[in-house]
Amino acid sequence: MKFRTLGYFFGEAFRSLGKNSWLSIASIATVAISLLILGSSVMMVLNSQYWVQTLASDLEIAVIMDVDTPAGQVKMVGDKLRNHNLVSEVTFVPKAEALTEMRQKMGDRGDYFRALGDQNPFPDLFRVKAKDPRDMAVLAGEFQGYQRVERVLYGQGVAENLLNLSYWVRIGGLVVMGLMGGAAVFLIATTIRLTVYARRQEVGIMKSVGATNWFIRWPFLLEGMFLGFFGSLVAVSLLFAAYAVACHYIQTALPFVAVRTDPAFLWQIFEVLAAAGVAIGAAGSMISLRKYLHV
Amino acid sequence: MIQMHKVTKAYPNGVTALDDVTVRIQKGSFIFLVGPSGAGKSTLTKLIFREEVPTRGQVLFNGKSVNRMRAREVPFLRRQIGVVFQDFRLLPHKTVFDNIAFAMKVVEASVKKIRYRVPEVLEMVGLATKVNVYPHQLSGGEQQRVCIARAIVNEPLLIIADEPTGNLDPDMAREIMTLMLEINRRGTTVVMATHAREIVDVMRRRVIALEGGRIVRDEEHGSYEQKRGPAR
Ligand SMILES: Nc1ncnc2c1ncn2[C@@H]1O[C@H](COP(=O)(O)OP(=O)(O)OP(=O)(O)O)[C@@H](O)[C@H]1O
Ligand SMILES: [Mg+2]
Repeated sequence: MKFRTLGYFFGEAFRSLGKNSWLSIASIATVAISLLILGSSVMMVLNSQYWVQTLASDLEIAVIMDVDTPAGQVKMVGDKLRNHNLVSEVTFVPKAEALTEMRQKMGDRGDYFRALGDQNPFPDLFRVKAKDPRDMAVLAGEFQGYQRVERVLYGQGVAENLLNLSYWVRIGGLVVMGLMGGAAVFLIATTIRLTVYARRQEVGIMKSVGATNWFIRWPFLLEGMFLGFFGSLVAVSLLFAAYAVACHYIQTALPFVAVRTDPAFLWQIFEVLAAAGVAIGAAGSMISLRKYLHV
Repeated sequence: MIQMHKVTKAYPNGVTALDDVTVRIQKGSFIFLVGPSGAGKSTLTKLIFREEVPTRGQVLFNGKSVNRMRAREVPFLRRQIGVVFQDFRLLPHKTVFDNIAFAMKVVEASVKKIRYRVPEVLEMVGLATKVNVYPHQLSGGEQQRVCIARAIVNEPLLIIADEPTGNLDPDMAREIMTLMLEINRRGTTVVMATHAREIVDVMRRRVIALEGGRIVRDEEHGSYEQKRGPAR
């Protein structure tokens, strides 16, 4: 393809974008809405997967002893844990340390503990890492049976719930996005149909003097792709603005939740949405071209 | 240059527009297609540039099968054929220059070539002074000359004209005919479907007469109607 031809294609595409301005705006808006839904569900899914990952990397089993367990018995349990062949690492957290650690974590809110005076409400506990995180449920059940073990906690439920949630977010997002995406494709097809209609005379002449089919199609296809692309730009701007607000809120209210704000992540979202927008636009144009542009 | 062998064209609605037509058209010739309305003249011309495909039979252009040609070869067939329409089909919001340049642009001619070639054909059709005028500012005859200029601008081997003078008064029709003759004299083959009796009778060129989709007459120096032979 020659360079001047490329210029011609873009020129023609923009000319008719301007001509059908109302329909163009409507198409861009529907593309933007469907991509907003796509974008927010992708962001939610990626974020919850990220959170699960960060959780999973320090997922451990907390084996909590009865508060009044004598030191000797605590040590016996510790030895048993260390010698277990499915366990990779055992850390002992004595009562005193647990209190200090909690005070640090809570920061300002550490004031709560003043009320307790010198009493230490914390039991001795062991943090146990499994060689394979999938064994955690089995191990937890086993540890529960050890003498003087009060409770066994592990984070797998959280991880599972989170993954479940992100699954449903994904399904729901897909359904709504499918519907909106369909509407967007339809509106773009309508826009392109009008353009084809407005240009039918030119198209007839192009055919009769021997323009190739793709030469005739490209300006229409480009017009649709631009509609989709502009829609994705709108969606990305709105989405990022909303995300910035949401991140700010999450980081102050729920500091333990990890959110992704790195440029690579945002760029990835932009790429996905732009590609989806252009694809929606191309699909809409192709539908109209197949039906109404007989080349 | 053009060969049709036992060509039948039936439209989807059941009308048989051409019925077992066999004809051969030499390079450089000037052909009139005559016959009553509905005889199949337009259909015959459309088969040549593959606006339509025959139901049966073979159409060859320069030895190549037009009916069996692949879709992506069709544009390159059409670049060798210029078509002149009865209703001109000029783009109303483009100037004369741009209308003709458009035909070159869409076959990816260079800007340099367009700048040189468009004035050349406008000169040839006698519209050198109307370069920047819009079609509605031209007379019917002038519009038809723009259409002819557009048809020849890419230097086709063949010009197909379907009733090019159908919308014009006799004086203008004569001008157009003179122009078509000039184009033919320079070596381009011309196939013209027409109802213009006087012109056909004066020119004495090859006449192919169709009726009901069949060739009923084919004479080297023919007239519009069958000459009545002497009473027997
Ligand atoms: N696209 C079409 N679909 C169906 N029937 C058609 C089509 N085009 C032409 N016909 C029919 O085919 C027959 C031949 O038509 P054609 O246009 O070839 O005649 P013609 O000789 O050019 O007539 P005219 O002198 O009026 O232009 C006519 O009966 C016409 O109704
Ligand atoms: Mg006709």
